[in-house]
Amino acid sequence: MTGDDSKHLPLEDIHTAAGARFGAFAGWSMPLTYPAGVMKEHLHTREHVGLFDISHMKLFEVSGPQAVALLNRACPLDAGALEISQSKLSFFLNEAGGILDDLIVTRLGDTRFMVVANAGNAVADEKHLRELATNFDVKVEPLDRVFLAIQGPEAWAALSRAGIETGSLLFMHGVEPRKDWFMSRSGYTGEDGFEIGLPEADARDLVAKLLEDERVLWIGLAARDSLRLEAGLCLHGQDITPETDPAAAALMWAIPRDIRASGAFIGADALRAAVERGPAQKRVGLKPEGRQPVRAGVALFDADGNPAGHVTSGGFGPSAGHPVAMGYVAASLAKPGTRVFAEVRGTKIPVDISSLPFTPHRYRKG
Amino acid sequence: MAKTYFTSDHEWLRVEGGIATVGITDYAQEQLGDLVFVELPETGKKLTKGDTAVVVESVKAASDVYAPVDGEITEANGTLSSDPSLVNSAATGAGWLWKMRLADESQLAGLMDEAAYKAHIA
Repeated sequence: MTGDDSKHLPLEDIHTAAGARFGAFAGWSMPLTYPAGVMKEHLHTREHVGLFDISHMKLFEVSGPQAVALLNRACPLDAGALEISQSKLSFFLNEAGGILDDLIVTRLGDTRFMVVANAGNAVADEKHLRELATNFDVKVEPLDRVFLAIQGPEAWAALSRAGIETGSLLFMHGVEPRKDWFMSRSGYTGEDGFEIGLPEADARDLVAKLLEDERVLWIGLAARDSLRLEAGLCLHGQDITPETDPAAAALMWAIPRDIRASGAFIGADALRAAVERGPAQKRVGLKPEGRQPVRAGVALFDADGNPAGHVTSGGFGPSAGHPVAMGYVAASLAKPGTRVFAEVRGTKIPVDISSLPFTPHRYRKG
Repeated sequence: MAKTYFTSDHEWLRVEGGIATVGITDYAQEQLGDLVFVELPETGKKLTKGDTAVVVESVKAASDVYAPVDGEITEANGTLSSDPSLVNSAATGAGWLWKMRLADESQLAGLMDEAAYKAHIA
């Protein structure tokens, strides 16, 4: 049950009519599954097109003469080096180098950017960004948009049928195809796909057109979670938190080399020190032996029974066909193939360190 | 003649000759979603009413199934090791979870019949 203070999606009536089962997530009442069920929804996304309502996530427009300077201070990012329409994964870090949130930053113009933040952190992110912005000539504007993810190998075809050409847009690029629309070729499933922020009335039109297409199915948060876990992607609050830095989280690839060396972003000194030291624990993929899922919070042990780490996300991978998990292990154990043991209800289950993703990414990179 | 009882925790049990076959209701399997793993009990295990007898795992979460009465496990449904989805497709039939010898048949009096259970989930 969701509390009275849960926020509700603008399209909630459509989800209710589609038979969604709702649950609380990050302060929102969200569709968890639809009548097809999580297994079918997951597989349908990998084979055809999954339509997700991710309006709980927040879009911010950052604009003004010092937009680049603000973002370079807020994130370990070279915002000025982004080409127009290029997107980049980045972070808000705290002074200790811990990850306050992970975000996608897209350059829309010389001095205009779109920042997409996670639901659970949206309020804190806005406050953080606004406080930083007082020192810069810049405007931070949270946008009131419905946000849809259209994911899967036929996503572009379904959008085309619905009258939206995605053309030459490549993975991790974003554009404004219509007034008050933001469309990027991105997503959180490992599949080719798009995320579209748009006004509610336009969203109702688009959803109606998309659902006329038998390739398109509503997909709930449960399948979004199993899809992102198979794709090896982190959920903030779970796999990455203010207590983990990008080095331990194996996310240093998102930070350009020269920014690592000389960037003046918040947390720079702490992050440099962490890289210098080398992380004590590293984020890894975990493949449990057998069929029993190993879930978040489960403790990991080495072959001698010593504590070795813990699981941060875990479940069953419908496409992988076996349980999949992610977690942190001592850096000395982080090599793929290393065997550790997960203690589930008193039984030690053998788990192999696995490279990520569990299912290959199918992004359209060019 | 076998009689079927229900618990407020959404287990059903069919009792015949002092042995109860136990499973979860169709309502419960629908709430749980697609099951991917069932952790079955060992034969001979003694359970007290309310003990966790079986753990069923869906894609998303693990859930306990409780012993509806006191007794001893006489058989676990081994088919579920390779096909846990039987619980989804046939919750009250081939998807049964375990059989147990009742320690105290008088406990059955505290359980619901089908009509009462239907009212419970309505």
